[in-house]
Amino acid sequence: MSAILPPSDRLWWKQPIDKVEWAWIGIAFVWGMIMFVMMIYWHIYGKQNLSNEAYKTSPEMFAAKAEKFIAENTVRTETEQQIPVVKVPAGGDGYLIARLWAWYPILELEKGQTYKIHLSSMDYNHGFSLQPVNINIQVIPGYEHVVKMTPTKEGTYAIVCNEYCGIGHHSMLGRIYVK
Amino acid sequence: MATTYRTCPVSGLQFEDQAEKLMRWNAVAGVLWLLVGGITALLVILTRWPAIKLLPADQFYLILTAHGIDMLILWILFFEMAVLYFASSTLLRCRLATPKIAWLGFWLMVIGGITTNIAIFQGESSVMFTSYVPMQAAPHFYLGIILVAVGALLGVAVFFGTLVVAKKDRTYQGSLPLVTFGALTAAIIATFTILAGAGILIPTFLWSVGLIKEIDAQLYRMVWWGLGHSSQQINVAAHVSVWYLTAAVIFGAKPLSEKVSRFAFLLYILFLQLASAHHLLSDPGMSAEWKVLNTSYFMYFAVMASMIHGFTVPGAIEAAQRRKGYTNGLFEWLRKAPWGNPVFSGMFISLVSFGFLGGISGVVLGTEQINMLMHNTFYVPGHFHTTVVTGTTLAFMSITYLLVPVLFRREMILPKLCQIQPYLFGISMSVLGLVMMGAGTLGVSRRHWDMAFSGAPFQYEWPGAAYLMMGLTGIFGVIAVIGGGLWILLVVGSLLFGRKLDGGKVADRPTPIPANTQAASAVAHGSDHVGVPGTVVLALLLLVSFVLYYFVNWKYLSEVWLLS
Repeated sequence: MSAILPPSDRLWWKQPIDKVEWAWIGIAFVWGMIMFVMMIYWHIYGKQNLSNEAYKTSPEMFAAKAEKFIAENTVRTETEQQIPVVKVPAGGDGYLIARLWAWYPILELEKGQTYKIHLSSMDYNHGFSLQPVNINIQVIPGYEHVVKMTPTKEGTYAIVCNEYCGIGHHSMLGRIYVK
Repeated sequence: MATTYRTCPVSGLQFEDQAEKLMRWNAVAGVLWLLVGGITALLVILTRWPAIKLLPADQFYLILTAHGIDMLILWILFFEMAVLYFASSTLLRCRLATPKIAWLGFWLMVIGGITTNIAIFQGESSVMFTSYVPMQAAPHFYLGIILVAVGALLGVAVFFGTLVVAKKDRTYQGSLPLVTFGALTAAIIATFTILAGAGILIPTFLWSVGLIKEIDAQLYRMVWWGLGHSSQQINVAAHVSVWYLTAAVIFGAKPLSEKVSRFAFLLYILFLQLASAHHLLSDPGMSAEWKVLNTSYFMYFAVMASMIHGFTVPGAIEAAQRRKGYTNGLFEWLRKAPWGNPVFSGMFISLVSFGFLGGISGVVLGTEQINMLMHNTFYVPGHFHTTVVTGTTLAFMSITYLLVPVLFRREMILPKLCQIQPYLFGISMSVLGLVMMGAGTLGVSRRHWDMAFSGAPFQYEWPGAAYLMMGLTGIFGVIAVIGGGLWILLVVGSLLFGRKLDGGKVADRPTPIPANTQAASAVAHGSDHVGVPGTVVLALLLLVSFVLYYFVNWKYLSEVWLLS
């Protein structure tokens, strides 16, 4: 008679399902399928898909590649800490190190150009959170993630760390310039 | 073992002595953890409120870790143990299988919970609920969680055993009641959830004491979410069962269709494990194909299941009300519902908030590409405060208004305040979830001490609207804490000072559930079909909101930098 008693009809699985219920199940199923297809559609026609390109690495290997990139492409330094500002070659590769508690170095990009930005962490998990664009990507130690990015607007952008990484987490702020 | 059976004079429910004691102790332990979790909630809120910023950074992260563990694991798990014993021993009117093992499980959970809390409050384990490696906590942080998991697994085993006892002793005939069936799905999910948890927490514990050299950070995230997400699906299965229970007790509502509701529970078991993957959508280590397949819960079958329950629970209530003669218009059945009864009002707010806020935001958040807009932002806790809190916690709170008189044999004190509490807590928590999601949409990070980035080499100024949203988060968060605190006061106050109620007749053996006569069951599904037009309108409203909000987010996504 109710949900806290055994079904009143012992052969409950033989009871017909009401039309309205069938209709709702159908709607829910179709909507699920639309959402499923939407993700595939966006992979084919959409312009914002997270890169599939990733490699196993180690902090030492990644740091070595990033240091080479910084040495070859630095255009100036900024702030009291003399953080290098590195101009990524148009269409080329840029490296961004996440570590306690900094994004290193500062990258300089051009609007409308496509860059391969390599992301990895030297220590804990970090979160690449580009603001105010609001793109968020997990950065994991031991993995080098190659993300193709094309800035669409000029400006000064902040990289907030949005994966908790210890006591200095809130001070882990990086910068990207788009000219 | 000799035991006794008490038949509650108010509800007609039959409580076996051992099961009753276990339910009480588990429920009380749950409430105490909720108290600790509530105090930490207040401290978290008052620190994230930009105008107040109460705690220094180290204490904030410590308290936030405690808040996550004490609420998500301890409060909910202890209460769920009570729900499992209720759904098996009480609803099936049989003795509890191996009560000694159940007590062992209970004490393991208590010791484990305290151990982990000691580790957190010693200050060396501020690693958050997720404890992502290679950030390391003290060994007893992991050990405590492992003990809780083992204890919970014992409780789940006792639940399974009790189902066998009921079958063997023939205390019921035919199939399990729907609520017990729902609890069974929760217990099955709990089993593989806890095994996934063992799979990651035991190696992590060994790593913390130096026996294992390294744990891959990506692998940890993958296996950990087999625990972290699936455990929330236990909650869903449990609170949906509680919704059906409430509908049955308050309205005498029966499921629109046993077949549909049970099938929907079955879909949870089959498909939601895949959903754990939606925590990894912005990770480097998995391919897009893997993400799309898992994100969609393999074609969104678990979402479909929740949409079915979201229809059949109010539908069952509407049908029951219409049978009683509330047939005017679309919504007389709802208008004339007992809104002054906190058991019902809490359950209904839970249903609406979980469906409209928690459900929709969860699916949008878990869409492969859209996830990049929200991953690790304040949107994420906004989402799960409308699933785990207004969904699960509120459902558990509202059913407690029933359990106090029935299980603890005490009358609730201050009935006027009891009437207000679900509204105060449910509405403020729903608004809290909404403004948190608002802040997250503007990019504000979760688990972040300082929106002003003090000590950083650069400046970044969040938009004014983000500060507004965080201020509102503070205000509604404090109101929600007051609403939750009021519930604890009412419950504890009633247990201590409420008028004692008659326990009812005690017998040496259980009275089995009377079998349905052929005639009765023929009437039951003969001519009693009633339409549920009001529920159809509510369901379509949900669908329209869902579709609009879903596509609005694709629009947002299309406006950010190009990524490939």
